Amino acid sequence: MRFTFSATVARRGFDVSFELAEGETLAVLGPNGAGKSTLLNLIAGLITPDAGEAVLGGETLFRGRVFTPPHARGISLLAQEALLFPHLSVLNNVAFGPTSAGVKRADAFRTARRWLAEVDASEFETRKPAQLSGGQAQRIAVARALAAEPRLLLLDEPMAALDVAVAPAIRRMLRRVLESRTAIIVTHDVLDAFTLADRVIVIDRGHVVEDGPTRSVLEQPRDPFTAGIAGLNVLAGIRTARGMRTAAGDELQLPGPTGVTPGTACTAAIRPSGIRVSGERPAGTANSLRRVVRDLEPRGDLVRLGTDDLAADVAPALVADLDVTPGSSVWFSFEPSDATLYATAR
Amino acid sequence: MPRIASSGPGSVPRWILAIAIIGALFVVLPLVAMVVRVNWGEFIPLITSESSVDALLLSLRTSAAATALCIVFGVPMALVLARTSFPGQRIARSLVLLPLVLPPVVGGIALLYTFGRQGLLREPMNVLGIQIAFSTTAVVLAQTFVALPFLVLSLEGALRTVGTRYEAVAATLGAGPTTVLRRITLPLVLPALVSGSVLSFARALGEFGATLTFAGSLQGVTRTLPLEIYLQRETDPDTAVALALVLVAVAVLVVGLAHQAGSRTRAGGGLL
Repeated sequence: MRFTFSATVARRGFDVSFELAEGETLAVLGPNGAGKSTLLNLIAGLITPDAGEAVLGGETLFRGRVFTPPHARGISLLAQEALLFPHLSVLNNVAFGPTSAGVKRADAFRTARRWLAEVDASEFETRKPAQLSGGQAQRIAVARALAAEPRLLLLDEPMAALDVAVAPAIRRMLRRVLESRTAIIVTHDVLDAFTLADRVIVIDRGHVVEDGPTRSVLEQPRDPFTAGIAGLNVLAGIRTARGMRTAAGDELQLPGPTGVTPGTACTAAIRPSGIRVSGERPAGTANSLRRVVRDLEPRGDLVRLGTDDLAADVAPALVADLDVTPGSSVWFSFEPSDATLYATAR
Repeated sequence: MPRIASSGPGSVPRWILAIAIIGALFVVLPLVAMVVRVNWGEFIPLITSESSVDALLLSLRTSAAATALCIVFGVPMALVLARTSFPGQRIARSLVLLPLVLPPVVGGIALLYTFGRQGLLREPMNVLGIQIAFSTTAVVLAQTFVALPFLVLSLEGALRTVGTRYEAVAATLGAGPTTVLRRITLPLVLPALVSGSVLSFARALGEFGATLTFAGSLQGVTRTLPLEIYLQRETDPDTAVALALVLVAVAVLVVGLAHQAGSRTRAGGGLL
């Protein structure tokens, strides 16, 4: 079910286009307020765009004055909260899609039971939504969305409202049911993108800033937000003979042949754990950059020091030794082997 | 000392409690005064006289019809007010709710100049050969006029509280607007629909001013229980008080039943 989408909503500064191949699962990443929910609502038909065109499997969803209402689109939306209909039993919730499509009750119940089994929730059939835990409710919401036999499935941060303990099981279940299904999943979690999606787009301030296969986007990010959620530092600059020159004018030594022509735009990715922090400029280190620390954030048994463009994970003892506080100026250094260099143009 | 509002979370200052008790007495005391005044020896004969039974049955019949009309027109009105937006919606809402604050006698006059013999709609009504003023139909219209805002108001509030999220989910599952209304929206606001209908019924049952102005006071045709009570008050106070007590009893019964039905629906929505 091929899907092409292009829409603008002037009021929200939203202008996004992309394509989705049959059976492909796309992850949409982006900071809060980037326009991810707007995107899903536009696709589902819950809001109307100012201009644009969307076609799903040859049928126009919107274009000019043409607007297919939500119930006629064949697109199911799974939200953060399960939103099971509180007055209906679990079985009736899951059978809602089929019965709305005019399927006979007995057949609708058969379909509903099949999907309840698929999400391991058969035993809750006769319960009311108020008698379910968050994880159980979300399983059933997945079954309900799939029982409607959507041509395209939209998932809006389906794990965000769940207990940390429950999320892995739901993720495994989603991985199973999303196999070879055309779906779009909005998420904050890079793990969702890795485990569920074939492709990733990153949206920021209403525009697509990254688009590509999941692995390549997350391992070689161009955009600071993508780098942040992928747990990487990225520095942008121009390729030089020995490495690169950053926009700020720093000369860096970076690994040898990368296929990037000198003089062209390139990006270097460095893991926060690969960066060492010191009070004085270290002798004998290839790359050292002086930065002002903006914030300190505990991360397990390490502390993440954040600056405007770099982050480093260091031991709490070092933070104490150097007396680092927001506003302190320290040296960030790394060896060429800790960095990955790639062309900015994909 | 009664252990009502001594201390702890949820307690209120003692002086608030004192004022609340005075307010409650203000409501309850007149009812007690009425019960005390009832001539219990003659009670049954008084309320089973022909004119009393006529008035009671007419009141129940017309109030039921008015409640039905309130549901038929009030549900769509509440839906339009809660679920759509159009220019002048605030004004439209104020106008729809106007009968709440209008003196009923003014409502009666307004109805008279609309449906009366010399009213705004006299020509179409003449063509169709319909006479409304001073008929049982007029009683129902007067009651509907004053009772409709109660249903619209409580239902619109419930619709806004429930929100549109369940409706949006239902639509993305392939349910058309009518299916969404029937299977999602109305079941979710059923408790409010029940309590709104009860309020409308109670208001219709107590209707006096608009009925007297627009429908008159004809035994068995337009003389509802409140009109009968007012009429008897001059000549036969015992009957008036007895009938007043009947009206109170009917009102308490209806409100009690509906409250139970409402809470059962609510519990049903949440648990079983």
